[in-house]
Amino acid sequence: MASAEQLAAFPLFSGLTQAQQELVAGSAARDVVFAAGATLMGEGDAAAGCWLIRLGQVAVGTQVPGRGLVVVQTLGPGDVLGWSWLVPPHRWHYTATAKTEVSSIELDTGQLRSLAEADPALGFPLALGFIEIVVARLQNTRSRLLDLYGSPRER
Amino acid sequence: MTASAAVLTRAGLDELVAALIADGYRVIGPVVRDEAIVLAELTSGADLPSGWGVDTGPGHYRVRRRSDEAVFGHSAGPQSWKQFLHPPRRQLWASGGEPEPEKPAPMAFLGVRACDLAAIATLGRVLGGGAHPDASFLRRTGGLFVVAAGCTEPGGLCFCASMGTGPRPGPGYDLALTERIDGEGHRFLAEAGTDEGERMLARVSHRPAAGGEVDEAHAAVDAAAARMGRQMPDLDIRELLARSRESPSWEEVASRCLTCGNCTMVCPTCFCTTVEDSSDLTGEHAERWQRWASCFELDFSYLHGGSVRSSGASRYRQWITHKLSTWHDQFGQSGCVGCGRCIAWCPVGIDITAEVATLARLHDEGAEGEERADG
Amino acid sequence: MNAEPMRPVPYRVAARHSETHDSVSLRLEPVESALPAFLPGQFTMLFKQGVGEVAISVSGDPSIRDGSLTQTIRDVGAVSRALTKTEPGGVVGVRGPFGTCWDLEAGAGHDLVIVAGGIGLAPLRPVLLGALARRSDFGRVVLIAGARAPQEFLYRDQLAGWMADPLLEVHLTIDLPASGWDGQVGFVTEPLARLDLDPARTTAYLCGPEPMLRFAADVLLRKQVGARAIQVSLERNMQCGIGLCGHCQLGPLLVCRDGPVVDYARVRDLLATREL
Repeated sequence: MASAEQLAAFPLFSGLTQAQQELVAGSAARDVVFAAGATLMGEGDAAAGCWLIRLGQVAVGTQVPGRGLVVVQTLGPGDVLGWSWLVPPHRWHYTATAKTEVSSIELDTGQLRSLAEADPALGFPLALGFIEIVVARLQNTRSRLLDLYGSPRER
Repeated sequence: MTASAAVLTRAGLDELVAALIADGYRVIGPVVRDEAIVLAELTSGADLPSGWGVDTGPGHYRVRRRSDEAVFGHSAGPQSWKQFLHPPRRQLWASGGEPEPEKPAPMAFLGVRACDLAAIATLGRVLGGGAHPDASFLRRTGGLFVVAAGCTEPGGLCFCASMGTGPRPGPGYDLALTERIDGEGHRFLAEAGTDEGERMLARVSHRPAAGGEVDEAHAAVDAAAARMGRQMPDLDIRELLARSRESPSWEEVASRCLTCGNCTMVCPTCFCTTVEDSSDLTGEHAERWQRWASCFELDFSYLHGGSVRSSGASRYRQWITHKLSTWHDQFGQSGCVGCGRCIAWCPVGIDITAEVATLARLHDEGAEGEERADG
Repeated sequence: MNAEPMRPVPYRVAARHSETHDSVSLRLEPVESALPAFLPGQFTMLFKQGVGEVAISVSGDPSIRDGSLTQTIRDVGAVSRALTKTEPGGVVGVRGPFGTCWDLEAGAGHDLVIVAGGIGLAPLRPVLLGALARRSDFGRVVLIAGARAPQEFLYRDQLAGWMADPLLEVHLTIDLPASGWDGQVGFVTEPLARLDLDPARTTAYLCGPEPMLRFAADVLLRKQVGARAIQVSLERNMQCGIGLCGHCQLGPLLVCRDGPVVDYARVRDLLATREL
């Protein structure tokens, strides 16, 4: 079990009421610690689970023949890992590995989904919370695509 | 301000020119050349454009014969006094030696209208008023003798009155002349503004002006304020332009503007320059030159492989916003003196006063739209 | 006051250090007389005879007052290329220093957050060194530096030292995935967003490409840091450096005179306007 206070530290839940946060904390969240090097998610596996990172660094990457595991993103305290359970085909698109020891809150996404379907007043703000995270990640990724540090000589 | 007012005849004006030349001044004044009234060095008063006037309109300038022999009966020509104070090309330094400080002969400007007098003062604040004053500009203005000319016949494009710069010449002249031609003859009311002006006046034939003559001449100039060819709208232009950065007006004017930069060349206050470094083939001898530049040049704002302002719309917005708005932020006053040159020499006749009126109308419409939406 | 502000003063390259494949740091010493000492954030106009002149921020330690100048130059054009290729003993011309400086005093008693994108680390290094020289005047000192790839970071030896310094929090992050890199992968805004800041006690110093300044400032504003507490360094076409040629205008500002360092409250709307 995690506490509602711990959940409240993540903006993902800022649209939920105190009661709703307590419900999620009590029935769909628990503390999990990963040792350095542990795998949190494997590319292609069925997507279940979502991790709110409290301490430590996580590397998100994919296997590229000839290059090995290419890390496309690192995440740290305050970040949320794992959204693919929300959308078809409900499989992980990347592999996530703990670079250091990682202390996290693991969400039971099956239970979370049941709570959301039973009560749209909980489900909608939660969905918005996930959308906000994905939008931010997309914007940061686009910033990287801009190749702002590239030289004018290359253009 | 000194008290003496005198009256010169047409011959007296010629004497004034001769006296200035005798005193070692390069006298610059209007002359007819290449079908325009331009500014050039005078050898005598006979060089003045007696009996020449001008017809002006948007994108239009023609000299025409007047029915009298007035010498100042024309409005702003394609050149302004800035070319003598802030030359189109000037060497800043050459390697391998101390610079020869320029020792240009002092200049006397004859026939500086109120708008142009204000422009000289405006350039003075830009080039002379900052932390790094332009020494060459200060040398040229330091020895200047200015003979202003009050306007009694504003031109079709003039709007000095609504810019607060004329038609009566403001401070900064050594002598101010107001030309009168009527049944009583061709004469000039002459008022001294400085001791040097008094001294010059004393050296030429003149008679004291009667009180009525002074009043009459001043009234004629003041009356010109009501007969301006154009008018800048009476509103806070600085604020309007600051709020108009996203106005739909820019795309519209860009469909007309050729970004040719004529307006910046003829404008008496545009001051932008570009630094050009060159060297000989050995690389041993280097020179640095400064030349007039224009914010309409495509690479004026070049940075990191491209220009910040590449569209015509952004460059037009830059020019007019700087002239009428951000000039206040940078130099404490407006950059426009209402001379109308930019309107005459724009090949497509873009009128700065009409553009401000359009911006004001679009701004008000936008504000009304918001009120309706809220209400 | 300098009677000839448009004439470069000769400086000799005393040392040349390759920072990356296209960036070089030069330590310059005056041939005859030295220019006035620089303040962090100011720039000079560096001149290469036969090629031309460009504006380069000073990147050295402001407490070193021996008349030398350290500048980090990236090869992006003809003049900067010629400067980066100048070997020790070679002579360049210098004018300046010009412009406004980083306000370190405004951060006294605060946590400092320094965000550098790419070559933006060069104008910020003097701020960091200045803060370290009076470390007890500040709370936390955080440096976030982004680069395209690991080998593109400037001052890598110094960065390693700073990362090991217990009085500094250093976050390095790269944009593109890279093998052999064990650090963060993401845009500079990502470690910035993760910082737990007290907005009333935070002063930020940002330098880098303009979109990066806007995005990083947005993150700080969302954390309730005041726009006046965010200082940014701007860039525009510089020619005279002394407020007379008009090229460096950004709306009402002459970047050479009213900048390059300005607070974000002053420029937020200007930077958001296209082609201003």
